[in-house]
Amino acid sequence: MSPDSSPVRLHVVTGKGGTGKTTVAAALALALASDGRTVLLVETEGRQGVAQLFDTPPLPYEERRVAVTRGGGEVKALAIDVEEALLDYLDMFYNLRRAGRALRKMGAIDFATSIAPGLRDVLITGKVKEAVTRRHDGRPVYDAVVVDAPPTGRITRFLNVTNEMGQLARSGPIKTQSDGVMAVLRSPQTAVHLVTLLEDMPVQETADAIDELTKAELPVGSVIVNMATEPVLPVEELTRAAEGRLTGADLAPALAAAHLTGGPELAQALVAEVTEHARRWAGQDALRDEVEALGRPTIELPLLTGPMDLGSLFELAARLEDHLRTEVAAA
Amino acid sequence: MSAAAQPERPARATRPARPAPVAPAMDLQALITDPETRIVVCCGAGGVGKTTTSAALALAAAEAGRTVVVLTIDPARRLAQSLGLVELDNEPRRVEVPGADGELHAMMLDMKRTFDDIVTAHSTPERGQAILENPFYQTLSSSFSGTQEYMAMEKLGQLRASDQWDLIIVDTPPSRSALDFLDAPNRMSRFLDGTMIRLLTAPSRSGFKIASAGFMFFSRIISKILGGQLLRDISAFVAALDTMFGGFRERATATYELLRRPGTWFVVVATPEPDALREASYFVDRLSAEGMPLAGLVVNRTHPPATTALSATRAEGAAEEVAEAGGPGAGLAAAALRVHAERMLLATREQHLADRFTSAHPEVAVRTVPAAAGDVHDLDGLRGMADALTGADDDTPTGTPRTRVLPARRA
Repeated sequence: MSPDSSPVRLHVVTGKGGTGKTTVAAALALALASDGRTVLLVETEGRQGVAQLFDTPPLPYEERRVAVTRGGGEVKALAIDVEEALLDYLDMFYNLRRAGRALRKMGAIDFATSIAPGLRDVLITGKVKEAVTRRHDGRPVYDAVVVDAPPTGRITRFLNVTNEMGQLARSGPIKTQSDGVMAVLRSPQTAVHLVTLLEDMPVQETADAIDELTKAELPVGSVIVNMATEPVLPVEELTRAAEGRLTGADLAPALAAAHLTGGPELAQALVAEVTEHARRWAGQDALRDEVEALGRPTIELPLLTGPMDLGSLFELAARLEDHLRTEVAAA
Repeated sequence: MSAAAQPERPARATRPARPAPVAPAMDLQALITDPETRIVVCCGAGGVGKTTTSAALALAAAEAGRTVVVLTIDPARRLAQSLGLVELDNEPRRVEVPGADGELHAMMLDMKRTFDDIVTAHSTPERGQAILENPFYQTLSSSFSGTQEYMAMEKLGQLRASDQWDLIIVDTPPSRSALDFLDAPNRMSRFLDGTMIRLLTAPSRSGFKIASAGFMFFSRIISKILGGQLLRDISAFVAALDTMFGGFRERATATYELLRRPGTWFVVVATPEPDALREASYFVDRLSAEGMPLAGLVVNRTHPPATTALSATRAEGAAEEVAEAGGPGAGLAAAALRVHAERMLLATREQHLADRFTSAHPEVAVRTVPAAAGDVHDLDGLRGMADALTGADDDTPTGTPRTRVLPARRA
């Protein structure tokens, strides 16, 4: 079964700062682009993290191809520039592009986007909605759209644009626009995925975000556990090491049998490292129950030791692809 | 991630590899115990451990005899609990540290409350009430993108003015960019004091005004974009604010200046990841441009190996030999060697990233802090981190200086 025969076409990826949500969003875009599909990866925070991941020059406000996948699929990327999006908007609804440029010189655009923090979000989500619903020759232009969204602390406010604008602009075209965006965001076409680490605070923030999203009637997708320690030892050995019961004497004979120099110091150093590895694994393992208790489909991605390059992205993408398949099969 | 703090210069590829410059060591113990040091600001990208770093430094300072307050923005719950920060009352609370010569106080910033307090303190009750109930004020004080940064600065100014503490350690908000901490207050005051808002609100203050064609046009567009109601709310808000207290700009400028006074130091925190180090790099450049003193860079959550005698490649090879030789414990020993090989790879990558930072900023002092095996959420955990932050540079089990993850290669 192909990975995106699910109804979801808009994948919003959020997570606490430092959990690697940009990397996960990029890997997810690659996974969805397999088998000849076309996927748009949207960056919303203006950090050019996507360009760095794909090792391309900074992205303009324009859809650019950043990767090709097997079967002729491709990932395009777009870094949303809020000012440009507002100019687009003025042009689309009022035919005011030139006036808009003059306004920008006066600092009015900066003013308008900072005076109403929600305006920024309406413009970004408006652009995302446009990409999701864009059609050419009767077919959607993109098979899927992946959004590298703001962090968990701001995600509900970011997506809940109607509410945000309701407080500010109770009438006017922005209100109408934001209602249209909400309809897409609340539909089964959308899934908000949460990236977490197996650490206290990210797991807690993930739980909080799921509550908030649910209250706002926004569809929660999968929980993606990133940078998990993959155990190198069998579980019983790990438990013993985590309890501090592994000693140099457990390793020394085998090391000596293979004629390794270094003696007891080496055995001792290895014990220290194994103990730390085991304790890290045990600490993470304890949090797995909490992640499971969130009641969402969950996938784990390993901590990769090498540099994060296109190859590592494809490695993560392969794991996500498997997850998408089982999700679809289970649905 | 292939791009790091600074792009590699093309010329370097053709020259024989030179050893990377060695970063100077950072002496945080001397910094926090120096009575001249009054403010330490911990900044960096989100998720790098600024809060824990701030709390650990505050603990170390209290144990060294100083009366210290740590202003945290968004601590993890268990850490907050261990610091006694269960109540969000926006005031510092004493944290019991058994055996400490000094005092540790901690507080968590409540940005809305801090803003409300400024309003209440500077206006008559009726006027204050009008502002607090204004819908635009409510949005501004709870969700404006720079409010948290601005209020963190405001609170810092208040703590400093009260003169109750001889050291204040500030954690900075989890912003999109580390630079937001420096920029947001000015952006916010510029916007509240600025021409735009005066133009927009002029009619409400002078009754009527013969506006220029350009202004009418501008006002029309803004109304179109935002809706008329918002403009009326802003008008009312600014009118109430204006008579209340002196410009926002002066206030923001005063707190900003506090950061440039002698006795203030910045500690930039990053993890050994390209994104975090890139942010750190921007921040270091900015501090230097602003003439703000930088204590150095903390590279948090590194993975130094317990021995550097065996490289990753040799450890991999040894693991195979051990497994082949067989015998009791061979499987375990081979696994242990693989753990070491991975650890060496990770440490090599981390040192490489740190070296790239140092190539671009050779003058910046560095301290690496090894990752704890679990979360830091109690005083013991903080003490462990404090030791790693303030311990002597060469006092490590492997003898690798704390400036580095791996020893420098000899030229």
